[in-house]
Amino acid sequence: MDFLFYMGDVFTPINFGLLLLGTIGGLILGATPGLSPTMAVALLIPFTFQLEPQQGLILLGAAYTSTVAGGAVSAILLKIPGAPANIATTLDGHTMATKGEGAKALQLSFLASAVGGLFGVFLLIFLTPVLAQWALAFGPSHLFWLAILGVTVIGTLDSSSVVKGLLSGCIGLWLATIGFDDIMGAQRFIFHPSVSGGINVIPALIGLFAIPQVITMFTKGRSSDDAEVISVKRHPIRLAFLEVIKRKTALTIGTLTGSIIGLIPGVGGQIAGLVAYDQSKKFSKESDKFGTGHSEGIIAAESANNAMVGPSLVPLLTLSIPGSPTAAVLLGGLLIHGIFPGPDLFMNYPQVAWTFIDSMLIGQILMCVFGLYIAGLAASVARVPHAVMAAVVLGLAVFGSYSVQNSMGDVYVMATLGMAMYFLERFGFSAAPLVLGLILGPIAEANFIQGSMIANATVGAGTYFFTGWLNWFLILIVLASISYSIWMEIAARRYTTKDDAVAKEEALS
Amino acid sequence: MSDLPRSQHIIASGLIAGVGISVAYISFTQEPADAFVFPRLISSVFAVLAIWTFAKAILGRTKVGNGISANAMRKMLPGLIVALIYVFWAAKGLGFYTATTIAFFVLVSLYDPAPHSDIKSWIKRILITAGFMAVMYGLFAALLNVFTPREIFF
Repeated sequence: MDFLFYMGDVFTPINFGLLLLGTIGGLILGATPGLSPTMAVALLIPFTFQLEPQQGLILLGAAYTSTVAGGAVSAILLKIPGAPANIATTLDGHTMATKGEGAKALQLSFLASAVGGLFGVFLLIFLTPVLAQWALAFGPSHLFWLAILGVTVIGTLDSSSVVKGLLSGCIGLWLATIGFDDIMGAQRFIFHPSVSGGINVIPALIGLFAIPQVITMFTKGRSSDDAEVISVKRHPIRLAFLEVIKRKTALTIGTLTGSIIGLIPGVGGQIAGLVAYDQSKKFSKESDKFGTGHSEGIIAAESANNAMVGPSLVPLLTLSIPGSPTAAVLLGGLLIHGIFPGPDLFMNYPQVAWTFIDSMLIGQILMCVFGLYIAGLAASVARVPHAVMAAVVLGLAVFGSYSVQNSMGDVYVMATLGMAMYFLERFGFSAAPLVLGLILGPIAEANFIQGSMIANATVGAGTYFFTGWLNWFLILIVLASISYSIWMEIAARRYTTKDDAVAKEEALS
Repeated sequence: MSDLPRSQHIIASGLIAGVGISVAYISFTQEPADAFVFPRLISSVFAVLAIWTFAKAILGRTKVGNGISANAMRKMLPGLIVALIYVFWAAKGLGFYTATTIAFFVLVSLYDPAPHSDIKSWIKRILITAGFMAVMYGLFAALLNVFTPREIFF
């Protein structure tokens, strides 16, 4: 019950103020189409430099939680999902809003998000210490395979193509080797003075997630998004409460689906929302009403995409393996404060770890309360012209990258990686495995070298890296994720036609 | 798949294959060899996957990725040029705040759907730019104490 011991720290004036700021800001950012939760958190990192570690994490965690929920506002009122995680919400949420029940749709969405989110954070609270204890037994070979697992799972499950996903991961792993070798001090791949100290993770994250969005907004030209904001009529919150309780099957399916999917590295909120929506429809007695503005559709989708937030942080906090791109960005936020997550995080920095987790718990409640009140404002912000949004994001990206080390080199790295990522995305490559490769590369290399040294002095590299049940378990998961994705591609379930591929890519962008 | 994306896929995957092969070549030829053990492992997989992707593009079997249409390229190009000048020259040459003000105003003006002949739209753009710069100065200079390059202007 350590989390109760540190609960009071969330309510200090600065911590609670940051939690409020992150929650309200996140709701508004989340409602803005094109600003994904990952990008919002990446752009916020430079603002945490001067904060204490737990304060910085509270801000980032609150922003993460509420951007996911905030995406529902534009999904419901504008029919534009704020993030891929809110695609399923659009199906029934917007239909309900067009029937004059926008307020009800928003209330159901935020209440379901809060229930799912709270369950997910409780899962994080109770699973993390157990896994962290278990992870203490991990040696270099296991940590090496875990890092490879993180890259391959995201590379295969998060990408449209297995080969391109793995290739993205390899590019990220290669980028991580640029700079000076830690052991020999030798120069590796230093082709420009800007990368002589290696590629700093924060500017890279900002560039990889923000710049492609900026260029995508450029491609819209001078057109305006003529999305009409549906006006919201008052709806008693008590009735929404009763509706959520009445639809407990959809709520349970959504919450459990989101929590389980959140634990699997690489499978994001978008999948959670869509799977929960589909499962809820199958189990519903009113399945024919799905898509016509049915409350179960909203409840299942929104509870799922928020339930995955907490569990998606379990691999990060216990094994230092980020399970999602946003978790990778949070890892960047921890690293700039000199904190390396992993099994000993809860022993060395219990206050940081538990205050952060507790703030996510309180953040779910704040997100629900404020979400209901600022939905109208958030929807208005969502209509900010993309010309302004592109210029704002570009300005923030440049200032944010520079402020990491007061270095123009970081700005050049940010812009170069960002532009390259835009073009890579147009050819089917994904940013998530590249980011994971960049972040996990040093972990993989350090443990590979350490493991090789142990192996050379004892049993040999082959035996050291390829024997033992844990090594084999991790290798089998790596192989299983690759095999599963290849099978999915061969079975043509992912894309039956080019039109399907186009439709999914358009939805994601 | 139309001919345009196919040729684009060949060029893009060819470039990536080129990078992959170069990285592998450097990894296997540079000294000290011990510093390149991990890069060798990575670059081998990188090169194999990149060549595989290139071969698929040549055979026209690439299923994912729509490439870039001429229309999208035409629309993005002005913004991209402004952004490149801003990042790679103006930010350092003119000073961060001057460069950001100019780049922001130019980008907003370039992509704002409001007619350029309307004086109100220009006033709106100036006000938005001024507001944004005030927020940026407040956040980075006053709150975070970030010392940005000031060079010939500010």
